[in-house]
Amino acid sequence: MEFFSPSDLIGSSPILALSAFSLIALLANALVKNSAKTVFYISVVGILAAIGCAMYTFSMNATAFSDMLLVGGYASFFAVLFLVVALFSLCIAKPYLEREQYHFGEYYVLIMLSTIGMLMLGASADLITAFLGIEVMSVAFYVLAGYYRGKLSSNESALKYFLLGAFSTGFLLYGIALIYGTTGTTNLLRIVTMYPQAFGDPVHIIGWGLILIGFGFKVAAVPFHMWVPDVYEGAPTPVTAFMSTGGKAAAFSAFVIAFSVPMSMKDERLMLVVAVLAASSMLLGNWFGLSQLNLKRMLAYSSIAHAGYMLVGLASATSLGQQGITFYLVSYAFTNLGAFGIIAMLEKVNGANLSYEDYAGLAKRRPGLAALMAMFMFSLTGIPPFAGFVGKYYLFASAVHSNLTWLAIFGVMTSLFSTYYYLRVVVYMYFREATNTEEIILPKLTFATVIVCAVGILLFGIFPALIFDLMKSMF
Amino acid sequence: MIPLNHYLLLSAFLFSCGVLGVVVRRNAIVVFMSIELMLNAVNLSLIAFSQFLGDATGQMLVFFVMVVAAAEAAVGLAIIISLFRNKQTVNIDEINILKW
Repeated sequence: MEFFSPSDLIGSSPILALSAFSLIALLANALVKNSAKTVFYISVVGILAAIGCAMYTFSMNATAFSDMLLVGGYASFFAVLFLVVALFSLCIAKPYLEREQYHFGEYYVLIMLSTIGMLMLGASADLITAFLGIEVMSVAFYVLAGYYRGKLSSNESALKYFLLGAFSTGFLLYGIALIYGTTGTTNLLRIVTMYPQAFGDPVHIIGWGLILIGFGFKVAAVPFHMWVPDVYEGAPTPVTAFMSTGGKAAAFSAFVIAFSVPMSMKDERLMLVVAVLAASSMLLGNWFGLSQLNLKRMLAYSSIAHAGYMLVGLASATSLGQQGITFYLVSYAFTNLGAFGIIAMLEKVNGANLSYEDYAGLAKRRPGLAALMAMFMFSLTGIPPFAGFVGKYYLFASAVHSNLTWLAIFGVMTSLFSTYYYLRVVVYMYFREATNTEEIILPKLTFATVIVCAVGILLFGIFPALIFDLMKSMF
Repeated sequence: MIPLNHYLLLSAFLFSCGVLGVVVRRNAIVVFMSIELMLNAVNLSLIAFSQFLGDATGQMLVFFVMVVAAAEAAVGLAIIISLFRNKQTVNIDEINILKW
């Protein structure tokens, strides 16, 4: 019996390449003196190599390792997204950590290890690989959230993330066990064929409900969102940038694959549950966002609200909704990375300079930076011509197509709330006098990354077909 | 032979004990132990299903769960220790500097 063939290895080459480079980086970290810089360059090379592999496998449309992993198309698309996000967050992290004097090689290794988990999530064709991907990603995130070993806020954020993350894993796993028990398989491709028989079994539906809880935690949907504000605030800013973009995108990519199974049956009950989750995430995320004074915390609540918008696409149970989610994840990743990049540049040691007040008068002191931040805020609000608008349009359109018009109206109403706190940043930057006149030093690497993000959201906002054409072969 | 339902009920009972422990207990280490209890309750279900379906997938998943639980224990205890070094407590009610 053949266990695996060379084509399996080629198909999973992005994961293998990144794993190899992360081990090399870990070794280099142990063997080379003052290794942080060396490890940084190894990580960049490793990520670029993995991007190359993912692009090479894009045109394949297969599965690898006895239907455990998807190859090509969807998996490659998301692999490139996660790797680009990882690369950008490394570029934001390096100057930031040097300034904070916490510049160690382990950081880059951990980023790569969590990216391996993301790649597995995006490629999961089986609930086992989805579970493993979530864990590989999360265990690295727990450590990254607590990266400032000596700081209590970072410790606290890591502990909360760890306890609630592990708790949600228990639910996810119980769901997988129940689905396995009722269908006799954990493979999503085979569950589809078993589903009509298992459909009437309440145990089976409870299984999907438990999986929904598990994924709900990871994508930060209400009512499973309690950890988000604390973790995002306490973790180092580049880690927050990475978690809120890459982590969310990875959880959603597996969520979409897993839930395409029950959703393909147009199960009304499950659609309604997802729709209620979407509505409550949009409402509470935006509602609590209004009262925040700390920008990192504001973006945490905004991230809950954005999870709600994406769940609208999932609730619609159409391929239009899935495409909307995919596009939204790309636009959200670029927008949020850019916004967090700017926050990381302006932040001072010990988490100072994070409130709205500290952004007062930024337009006079650094007009370019203020303009970029305004672009990201407009994109998060969903104002054309930025990518955030196109993403929202497709998500709400998918809801209308599936007779969930109430959800689309609700989404538009709640995003009106969000205008207040996003535009508040712009108002502070442009219409308030500066209280702080210290000179702002901009690290070149971070600034370049932020500009690339801004170009990305403009490009995808004006030419969304760039992404949608790629998606034609995926869904 | 013991019927499948007995295993499933025991597993559901253990899982509920774990969830209750996480919600009620305030010591971070006890909370963590309760989470481990949840994972092992799931393992019991998986093995029972695997045995009754005559299929090895469930047993294979149990090995993965055990490996993941070990990795989580290593990371989780390290996080608890680094917190204890800074604050001399593992009571999660006292760990509350991040608030809205």
